[in-house]
Amino acid sequence: MRGLANREPGPRQTMYSNKVIDHGTPARTAPATVSLQIDGVTVTVPVGTSVMRAAVEAGRKVPKLCATDSLEAFGSCRLCLVEIEGRRGYPASCTTPCEPGMKVKTQSKKLADLRRGVMELYISDHPLDCLTCPANGNCELQDMAGVVGLREVRYGYEGENHLVQAKDASNPYFTFDATKCIVCSRCVRACEEVQGTFALTVQGRGFDSKIASGPTNFLDSECVSCGACVQACPTATLMEKSIAEQGQPDRVVDTTCAYCGVGCSFRAEMKGNDVVRMVPHKDGKANHGHSCVKGRFAWGYATHPDRVKKPMIRSKITDPWREVTWDEAIAYAASEIRRIQGKYGVASVGGITSSRCTNEETYLVQKLVRAAFGNNNVDTCARVCHSPTGYGLKTTLGESAGTQDFDSVDDTDCVIVIGANPTDAHPVFASRMKRRLRGDTSRPGAGLIVIDPRRIDLVRTPHVEADFHLQLQPGTNVAVLNALAHVVVTEGLAKDDYVRERCDLGDFAKWKAFIALPKNSPEALEKVTGVPAASIRGAARLYATAKNGAIYYGLGVTEHSQGSTTVMGIANLAMVTGNIGRPGVGVNPLRGQNNVQGSCDMGSFPHELPGYRHVSDPAVRALFGTAWGVPIQDEPGLRIPNMFDAAIDGSFKALYVQGEDIAQSDPDTRHVQHALESLECLIVQDIFVNETAKYAHVFLPGSSFLEKDGTFTNAERRINRVRKVMPPLAGLGDWEATMALAKALGYPMHYDHPSQIMDEIARLTPTFTGVSYEKLDRLGSIQWPCNDKAPEGTPVMHEQEFVRGKGKFVITDYVATPERTSQRFPLILTTGRILSQYNVGAQTRRTQNTAWHAADVLEIHPHDAEQRGIQDGDAVSVVSRKGDTTLRAVLSERMQPGVVYTTFHHPESGANVVTTENSDWATNCPEYKVTAVQVVAHAKKSEWQREFDDFADRQESLLPKGALKGEAR
Amino acid sequence: MTVTVYVPRDSAALSMGANEVVEAIVQHATKSGQQVAIVRNGSRGMLWLEPFVEVVTPNGRIGYGPVGIADVPSLFEKGFLHGGDHPLRQGFVADLPWSKKQTRLTFARVGVTDPLSLADYEANGGLAGLRKALAMAPAAIVEEVVQSGLRGRGGAGFPAGIKWRTVLQTAASQKYVACNADEGDSGTFSDRMVMEGDPFLLLEGMVIAGLATGATEGYVYLRSEYPDAQVVFATAIERARAAGWIGADVLGSGRRFDVHLRIGAGAYICGEETAMLESLEGKRGMVRPKPPLPAIAGLWGKPTVINNVMTLASVPWILAHGGAAYAAHGVGRSKGTLPFQLAGNVTHGGLVEVPFGITLKELLYDFGGGTASGRPIRAVQVGGPLGAYLPPSRFDTPLDYEAFAAAGGLVGHGGVVVFDDTVDMRKQARYAMEFCAIESCGKCTPCRIGSTRGVEVIDRIAAGEKRDANVALLRDLCATLTHGSLCAMGGLTPMPVMSALQHWPEDFAR
Repeated sequence: MRGLANREPGPRQTMYSNKVIDHGTPARTAPATVSLQIDGVTVTVPVGTSVMRAAVEAGRKVPKLCATDSLEAFGSCRLCLVEIEGRRGYPASCTTPCEPGMKVKTQSKKLADLRRGVMELYISDHPLDCLTCPANGNCELQDMAGVVGLREVRYGYEGENHLVQAKDASNPYFTFDATKCIVCSRCVRACEEVQGTFALTVQGRGFDSKIASGPTNFLDSECVSCGACVQACPTATLMEKSIAEQGQPDRVVDTTCAYCGVGCSFRAEMKGNDVVRMVPHKDGKANHGHSCVKGRFAWGYATHPDRVKKPMIRSKITDPWREVTWDEAIAYAASEIRRIQGKYGVASVGGITSSRCTNEETYLVQKLVRAAFGNNNVDTCARVCHSPTGYGLKTTLGESAGTQDFDSVDDTDCVIVIGANPTDAHPVFASRMKRRLRGDTSRPGAGLIVIDPRRIDLVRTPHVEADFHLQLQPGTNVAVLNALAHVVVTEGLAKDDYVRERCDLGDFAKWKAFIALPKNSPEALEKVTGVPAASIRGAARLYATAKNGAIYYGLGVTEHSQGSTTVMGIANLAMVTGNIGRPGVGVNPLRGQNNVQGSCDMGSFPHELPGYRHVSDPAVRALFGTAWGVPIQDEPGLRIPNMFDAAIDGSFKALYVQGEDIAQSDPDTRHVQHALESLECLIVQDIFVNETAKYAHVFLPGSSFLEKDGTFTNAERRINRVRKVMPPLAGLGDWEATMALAKALGYPMHYDHPSQIMDEIARLTPTFTGVSYEKLDRLGSIQWPCNDKAPEGTPVMHEQEFVRGKGKFVITDYVATPERTSQRFPLILTTGRILSQYNVGAQTRRTQNTAWHAADVLEIHPHDAEQRGIQDGDAVSVVSRKGDTTLRAVLSERMQPGVVYTTFHHPESGANVVTTENSDWATNCPEYKVTAVQVVAHAKKSEWQREFDDFADRQESLLPKGALKGEAR
Repeated sequence: MTVTVYVPRDSAALSMGANEVVEAIVQHATKSGQQVAIVRNGSRGMLWLEPFVEVVTPNGRIGYGPVGIADVPSLFEKGFLHGGDHPLRQGFVADLPWSKKQTRLTFARVGVTDPLSLADYEANGGLAGLRKALAMAPAAIVEEVVQSGLRGRGGAGFPAGIKWRTVLQTAASQKYVACNADEGDSGTFSDRMVMEGDPFLLLEGMVIAGLATGATEGYVYLRSEYPDAQVVFATAIERARAAGWIGADVLGSGRRFDVHLRIGAGAYICGEETAMLESLEGKRGMVRPKPPLPAIAGLWGKPTVINNVMTLASVPWILAHGGAAYAAHGVGRSKGTLPFQLAGNVTHGGLVEVPFGITLKELLYDFGGGTASGRPIRAVQVGGPLGAYLPPSRFDTPLDYEAFAAAGGLVGHGGVVVFDDTVDMRKQARYAMEFCAIESCGKCTPCRIGSTRGVEVIDRIAAGEKRDANVALLRDLCATLTHGSLCAMGGLTPMPVMSALQHWPEDFAR
């Protein structure tokens, strides 16, 4: 098996070269072209293309420093001057658009003199420490000095200069060394154009011009540490600390980020088996060369000392762990499963697949459960996030996925963001969206409607301001959507032709009659939602009358008792306004985890085989039964919450959990703990001893995304390749461990490489028929469906007709959540994420991202705080009918009075001790977003937190001495 | 009987105590029981005579100057309110040679009328051009301006009509007129004098530009160093809007053109047209690369007429009298008149509006009367701080764009600064580099670093350090600046430097 893990490197692995072709200015896409001559070479380019870019196309390079093809031309460095026949002077090639018949000379004596003259000025104010500079070997200034043939600096080095300045090392990941700055403004422009944060500026003018991140330093500034400035810097001014410490990389492997559902492509820059830098890939179709603080910098967890490198077993959770061989651990796990099934029945065991593992690994776990365990007791963490998306979109449109690609946002004219906080949770896509919202000189920005109880950043951020912020009461999404649709229908804004052609008219007629009822009017619902009727009407008109309207949503939609209803309400609204089936429109779930889409696609749900096909369908069962050589059960298995209940009941006794920390992430923590304690065999496969592992009997050390081949599927259905850049620290990739377990259970699987797993998926899944590693290598990525009808994938779904045939309007009655405020619990707690941490924090807490967020806090409106005598920074107790926990309070006007907010990135915060057992009526997705609570000043840890500390200490003491440290606390 | 007395409100007059003189006159008149009506006019441009007080007599306006408060009692004693004789009496203003020798088309009303009187403006020929324009098709207005040969008075000399035509022919939902009133060149003040002395003229020119090009909004970008102009012009905008001269319904025509005043923040570079656009948009004043031309994508990305105050102020006369009449003035391709501004070491400094073609010598001696110090003129800088220094051997050069360019200089905004033979031209060259270093926006490398290095190299030359090598380096640096800079700021800084080096090499050898 080890041999298998060490296959030849994939074709995307190349020897490292920093000479990635940079065209200098962005590509233009105009259909019309112009032809011109550059140094006698005729070249034809789209209208609007710069002379500089055309020169690269013609195989010529014009020297440059301030230009790079991720940014609009700026024209400041003056190295790229050229001669153009019939024109006076020496125009800058970056800012000069090509014109038909132009004759350009890129080299002449005069140009050489000018370029050398400019370079001589640069170097007269630059340190001469190239040999000891971290950018040595990868410095554009150095390269250009060579290119222009600078041989002396006649100004000397005694003049005025910037050579003595303190280095700003406040950011954990990069330094700002102003002594090396050439004031090309690439960082400033990257922060504006690419990231859209506008944190950087040029301070002073003339020779005194300096890049500034604010009054103090980078860490205390508005900077979000996305890395765009570091990426753009042509010198060592903005430099990764990892490069400064380790030197330039020697090889590079293309792979995919393992954080959020955006699925950014990265180049893992390596030295041997060590990552020295992760650089966003320019050709990545999800991110187009952009990144965020997590993917770009927070990868250090992968080699954190806490990583478990040896399998461990124990018979009781009060026993010390025993390090064993893989064979022993696997054999023990298999024997326990068989023993338990023998004693309690076939259905007494189950598995949970991971949204952080690859498609191939997820597929194997559900196959293991269905074929080797012999039941359908498989579920995945999508249960607690986007299961309503699957249900809602399948019901209305016919497919359990978002309708667009990310690029679609470029074509939109009005964006609705509901229950999502993209600038924190999907930052790279948020930057893209902000770019469209800002507009440019050719097009005004798109309209923006934010539907969120909190004033998220997007409501007002530099050069972006929402036209409408519908600041609703948590739990009233359906009411707001109904009110919006009511306005569309009753004000004659519905796209009747579209509906007539594409939707089921019977359902539509019923829905229309329902939605037009006075009870669904904005005025009638104002009391419920707290949103002024006039705002609802304005927002509905804006969205309905936009040429292209697009809806983006997140867990603020799904994690409610009416999560599925809300998703269907969104689909209704999009259909009635004709906003599905072309670029610029659509219904777009922003997926939380890197492979949550993929784990759902791969048959992780107890009722569905891969490709969302119900287990009750005999044809589907026959297909898989034949392929897998075992009969498939026709009854859906247990969902995660059912597993917990069954465990407490005593009918469910063993669970295999791959890469998912249910003890921290699932609601009603005490209930979950009780369930886990009731199991006779809990097998946890993870890279760290997470909260769940503290209740485990078998620990199988997992492999990070850097240690295996596979694929992730992002929120836009894009299948991206994950490539192994280093061997698994514990010897096996997760897919190999699952295979070993299957074999030990008497169900051997036969794959030499994950590509063969994908081949099997393609054979068995109509939407994946055309997918193969060969094609992924060739195309870079593929958006499913990919089959004979769409051999290169499907960026936009439902183009001609809906997948289900006719779009189905579903009646969406608003039903208030049972979770209500009362005298005892007068506030609503809602939960979410922040930029620097990811999910349960197991990864990001083991990186320096803790510089931004060292602990979860409770955000509370100053009015609510005042009433309770709470000051900013006070310890407060958050109490619900389920439990209580103690957090620090942060006073924030982002909250509306009556609503408090926290995150669950740190286990000891116990956010889920407070959340309730309420869940979506259709899918059991927990209602994380609405919990009635009281908040009181309270300096002591809660009882649960004290128990947590004790348990954590005890569990740490049971770990093998010296093998690893315990869970960071 | 009430006597009308004119005392300028022009900044030059104010700086010489005009307000105090008004106070003194009013006090004396009250004390002596005489009725005076004070009118605060613009300046006639005879700055050595400011405050230049005029009294209206049945036979014409008689001028006294320069009047200080100490002179007021004696003026009353001598009956100046009736034109009485006094050492400061300059005679009938209309007959003064300074005025008579000029061809005042643009400055016809400046100093004559009450700048803020709508009635005065209209009674003295105001609005004639606008009324004509309102009856014309936009293209016809543009053609009239093309025919006039009017070229941009800000310094670049680009034909205004051609620019307007581009804006007219660029389809857009919104177009703008942006008036550049960031008159930052040392020794220049004509923009200010019009804005303080005849502000409705500029407004009328802007409205005509709007009618000609389809622009409906105008912005005036005024430098913060002109607080008096700001007060006068802001008042003029209010009064013009109230009278319906500008706004939603220009003179009842149903056509819209409104004007907004914006104040700069003390950066010379914001007088560069694209940096001005950035500043108008609320951004850091940095030069934009061209293309796109502002005429196609200017203010907020929309087609924009950018003209200097003088250019726009020339337009009403052209429309009123016809492009051909304007083109009848001037020489070669330099048509019409230019208001020159005489400053520095000169006896009679001030504003002289004459047709193109006058020689520098005539300007310096016939109008200027030689140096104030009485010493010989050694150098003259024409066209602001980026203009060339010219020696007496070039004083026969006629002032027109082409002839001046051929002589290695530039007419620019028409500023003329005079130096006598005590001037050190190496120091002047150093000052040019220093000015660039202080005012550079810092965007392009040659200007950002080169200007500072220029100062250092000249200092080394002054210190006698490797003189020949450093002079050669200075020449190379100037070539880099000239051909490599993003805008005219860095591109023209070498002009004063190189002209000093060319004409006065001896100053660099000691």
